[in-house]
Amino acid sequence: MALVLLFLYIPIFVLIVFSFNSTKSRSVFSEFTFDWYIKLFQNELIMKSLLNTIIVAVIASVAATILGTAAAVGINNMKKIPKGIILNVTNLPIINPDIITGVSLMLLFVIFTARMNFEFGFVTLIIAHITFNVPYVILSIMPKFRQMNPHLYEAAQDLGCGPVSAFFKVVLPEIMPGIVSGFLMSVTFSLDDFVVSYFTSGSTSQTLPITIYSMTRRKVSPEINALSTIIFLVVVIVLVVKNVIERKSMIKKEVKA
Amino acid sequence: MKKLISAPYLLWAAVFIVVPLIMVAYFAFFDNGKFTLEYVSSVAQYSNIFVRSIWLAAVATVICLIIAYPIAFILTRMERSYQSTMLMLVMLPMWMNFLLRTYAWMTLLGNNGVINNFLGFFGLGPFKMLNTSGAVVLGMVYNYLPFMILPLYTVMEKIDVSVLEAAQDLGCNSANTLMRVVLPLSLPGVMSGITMVFVPAISTFIISRMLGGGGNLLIGDLIEMQFLGNSYNPNLGASIALVLMVIILLIMTIMNQFDDDGDRVLM
Repeated sequence: MALVLLFLYIPIFVLIVFSFNSTKSRSVFSEFTFDWYIKLFQNELIMKSLLNTIIVAVIASVAATILGTAAAVGINNMKKIPKGIILNVTNLPIINPDIITGVSLMLLFVIFTARMNFEFGFVTLIIAHITFNVPYVILSIMPKFRQMNPHLYEAAQDLGCGPVSAFFKVVLPEIMPGIVSGFLMSVTFSLDDFVVSYFTSGSTSQTLPITIYSMTRRKVSPEINALSTIIFLVVVIVLVVKNVIERKSMIKKEVKA
Repeated sequence: MKKLISAPYLLWAAVFIVVPLIMVAYFAFFDNGKFTLEYVSSVAQYSNIFVRSIWLAAVATVICLIIAYPIAFILTRMERSYQSTMLMLVMLPMWMNFLLRTYAWMTLLGNNGVINNFLGFFGLGPFKMLNTSGAVVLGMVYNYLPFMILPLYTVMEKIDVSVLEAAQDLGCNSANTLMRVVLPLSLPGVMSGITMVFVPAISTFIISRMLGGGGNLLIGDLIEMQFLGNSYNPNLGASIALVLMVIILLIMTIMNQFDDDGDRVLM
């Protein structure tokens, strides 16, 4: 166990140590410095692609959540056979390797761009991100319908709710946890995606993972170490906060029970 | 009426999921509207790359399984509160962008990298580790190990402790309990772990590019080169992608077969 944890963390640890190294060497530590962090924040390309990544992730996740929630509600009301077919199609982007999703969308966009006045960029990138996010939203909402009492919706209507307000007052709160976790998954996948973005972004709208990739192609770029350290810290903080919140709510529930 | 609300998604799925996949098939078989088998048959000349990809991905999958199985088992035997912390520690590296994680290994394995420098103190090396197929396998194992641990942990956690106790009461020693009770019960997790590691491993082009140098091309590199590389040829690229999809489909069908058998054994 300890060995596996060592194996998982040593590479990250090494990156963190060398992010404070004053020379560009990746093997000899000479002097402590914060220079690479300063250079990182002065690097316009990195800052711009970070902004692009956040914009794409927010737009794509919001759109995917709305599209996916509507889809899940509709699919839930379908008969068994069309439901099965649609869920299988929905599974395709999840089962397929990223490279297939990326390449197939690229082919589609290539034909679009050839026929219409249209270029690879933000639009193609956001379409691609919505496409690989929606399935996760749908799949995290569907089980909530199964857990829900199907008569709740009818009861609300019996008690004088119209179909729309019955949906918003009764169904939506029930499936909310699924919607939230679908949205959070979308944000994570969007921020982290490299392969699909790589094939669908064109040269003008690079996301952070694409910039990181081009930096690793150049042999020596110590800013990457600084960037890794910051990303690692952010991830640790987010996960610790999430765990603390979950534990607190669990204790609250236990106290109530 | 309520079905109508899913119409926008159905349209979306048709245009951006189904049509693109049809395009892959179309580009593989049609050149400027004319049917041709030229591209699909020319994939055969890359058979050595296909064999290498399948082989390296398979080796990485087996190593992942060997490491992950005992880890997942140990995790389920830990105390509850300890368990979630340990699980988080295992999953945490996965949250970091995988390009950065792979880059870290470039730093470690290089000829004047950390490992060779360390060995140099003892008068050993330098060993050539970067740009070998071993480095590619290492990168795959490092990146995809959590994908093996997680499904194994999920199925093992559901195994009732009293089943293990019953086996021991009925005269099984620990090794026998593991082989005859834990292993069959965890088989679905093994199968999903294998697919979750094998599929990304066989289709990667980053790991081979960063850790394998030029001499360890995989299917992913080949596809990438046809679309964004120097040898722009979407027809050939689509053909290779199509063959890759068929290979993955075949392997997943075989895996599902095993899974069914596993269920039958249990009954």
